[in-house]
Amino acid sequence: MTVATRENESRTDLLNLYREMLLIRRFEERCNALFLQGKIPSTLHLYIGQEAVAVGVCAALRPDDYVLGTHRPHGHALAKGVTPHSIMAELYGKVTGCCKAKGGSMHVGDMSVGMFPAIAIVGANAPIATGAALSAKMRGSGQVVVAFFGEGGSNEGAVHEAMNMAAIWRLPVLFVCENNLYGASTPVNQIVAVENVADRAVAYGMPGVIVEGNDVVAVREATRTAVERARAGEGPTLIECKTYRLCGHSRSDACNYRTREEEAEWRDKEPLTWLARVLIEERQLATPSDLERIEAEVEAVMLEAIAFAEESPEPKPEDALLHVFWEDK
Amino acid sequence: MPVMTIAEALREGIREEMRRDPTVFCLGEDIGIPGGFGGAFTVTLGLSDEFGHDRILDTPISEIGIAGVAIGAAMTGMRPIADVQYGDFLFCMMDQLANQAAKMTYMSGGTVKVPLVMRAPVGSTRRGSQHAQSLEAFFTHIPGLKVLAPSTAYDAKGLLKSAIRDENPVLIFEHKLLYGSKGGRSEKGALTAVGEVPDGDYVVPIGKGIVRRAGKDVTIVGKLLTVYRALGAADELAQEGIEAEVIDPRTLIPLDKEIILESVRKTGRLVVVEEDNITHGWGAEIAAMVAEEAFFYLDAPIKRVAAPDTPPPFAPPMEEFYVPSVARVVAAVKSLF
Ligand SMILES: Cc1ncc(C[n+]2csc(CCOP(=O)(O)OP(=O)(O)O)c2C)c(N)n1
Repeated sequence: MTVATRENESRTDLLNLYREMLLIRRFEERCNALFLQGKIPSTLHLYIGQEAVAVGVCAALRPDDYVLGTHRPHGHALAKGVTPHSIMAELYGKVTGCCKAKGGSMHVGDMSVGMFPAIAIVGANAPIATGAALSAKMRGSGQVVVAFFGEGGSNEGAVHEAMNMAAIWRLPVLFVCENNLYGASTPVNQIVAVENVADRAVAYGMPGVIVEGNDVVAVREATRTAVERARAGEGPTLIECKTYRLCGHSRSDACNYRTREEEAEWRDKEPLTWLARVLIEERQLATPSDLERIEAEVEAVMLEAIAFAEESPEPKPEDALLHVFWEDK
Repeated sequence: MPVMTIAEALREGIREEMRRDPTVFCLGEDIGIPGGFGGAFTVTLGLSDEFGHDRILDTPISEIGIAGVAIGAAMTGMRPIADVQYGDFLFCMMDQLANQAAKMTYMSGGTVKVPLVMRAPVGSTRRGSQHAQSLEAFFTHIPGLKVLAPSTAYDAKGLLKSAIRDENPVLIFEHKLLYGSKGGRSEKGALTAVGEVPDGDYVVPIGKGIVRRAGKDVTIVGKLLTVYRALGAADELAQEGIEAEVIDPRTLIPLDKEIILESVRKTGRLVVVEEDNITHGWGAEIAAMVAEEAFFYLDAPIKRVAAPDTPPPFAPPMEEFYVPSVARVVAAVKSLF
């Protein structure tokens, strides 16, 4: 495994990135366990292995920028600043959840921190992101919008319409394709005829960038460049992050469509191990005990989030009738 | 008071709202191209002269994109009015409407709003099957969407304004034979649905129907073009001594149930007229609602007059057979006596 040598990032910066990725990792592991214990009624698509993408992208954004996630949105939401408490409560189906128990795992979001309710129709978030970017441009707000989707989602017509519109109008939107090699069970080489999803960018008239998706710093760099371009009015970018889902697609997936050898290869270069090596071995900016301290801090947050979710009240059955239409507060 | 067509009234409504509120803008195919048509039915004609091409935004032929862009813009502080060239193309954007626009407020626990307006022309007008369907009823089955169907110029402007100011996704269905579009965009067989439209600001509230003609013997409920077919039938029936009450709900969702129930409680008879296919249709819903809530006031079975269960045909004789005519409404009413 090759690790890109990082020279400019400070210890604090890298440790922060590490902490954010670890938060997602531990959150997802907890979710999995709680699901198996029957405490979380929601279905789950976990983000384990892809943490560097959400964290790297969101680290290059302003708080008022927008992110649109997918059916696998916990990582996007946490990285954009939705609290672990409110996401956990949502997964528990409690009224304190970020969507008041109306959304569940696949729709977590919180517009007050720029995270749209996640959109679980594959590819459908791309045109909505484009609309948010049009709005940002019309309002002159300087905001940038990110649409995440998988290599599977990249084949949806909605994504193509969105990329074309974003390009013709030079909108401040980033299309971030998380290529984790499988869409559910289907391998990428069966569904994409070009070598890279990013190769398609040229067809829309926007830059296509390929990034080592498990290297959080590389993801952040690529995003920063695209964000600068977007804020300067130069239009959208398609960023393809090569990554790997280290867990099953959704609950009860034994991953029999891929090999244990392939998984082991990717495990060796998964985002946390990657960054830990940079921090400890390459740049000697941190010691294992620094990482253990972060581990303990994250563990404390997890326990609080779970306690919050468990202690929160359930919705009344008839609350199902609320919020079909907007209700003025 | 100025007399206007529906197309003109909509245009004035859009113009006034765009002047009033800088977040209102239009998007759609061929709506503002210089030398173009101002939308397929001239509703946005000339508006780009006043508001420019950023606010009268011409799009590629990308219906999913148009809908998605409207949703994203609406969720982030804008009030888009999306022009759907022909209502049939709503099927191309069904996911964005049914899964995204309609559910966003709900899925977010009421924390997000989607104040968008989408205008779609419907009605059979010699264009064959794919530019002809009256598909309002599909959208009345999707919780989270408001569905409007103005049949007069006054209502078109007033309801459009209410829609633009509403915090929810609102679909406005407009009938191609009622626009009164002129020049190359005029329609053969169109009615002259011109009417007085006050200058300046007024709204028609969403969810309020109107009695278009009062009568005591039978209630006829229609929408869009079939309001006029019902009125034509009422004229003929009056000559035979049957006084029909014609009700135009104007808003399909939320429905003014009370105006229909009140009428049926008085007349004891109900005929529902619509241009859509009969099975599982809007007429069935109105009939079921009345059967549930006013059954004991009924003196006769409820009748539906609708298109048969075929796609809209092309050739004029078949098209005339397909769209409910005055004669069919008259016959349906007479069968109740
Ligand atoms: C329009 C649509 N089709 C199918 C699905 C079912 N589905 C959910 S996730 C998924 C695979 C998506 O693959 P990809 O976009 O690569 O994202 P990943 O799961 O790898 O994160 C499928 C087929 C869906 N949610 N939406």
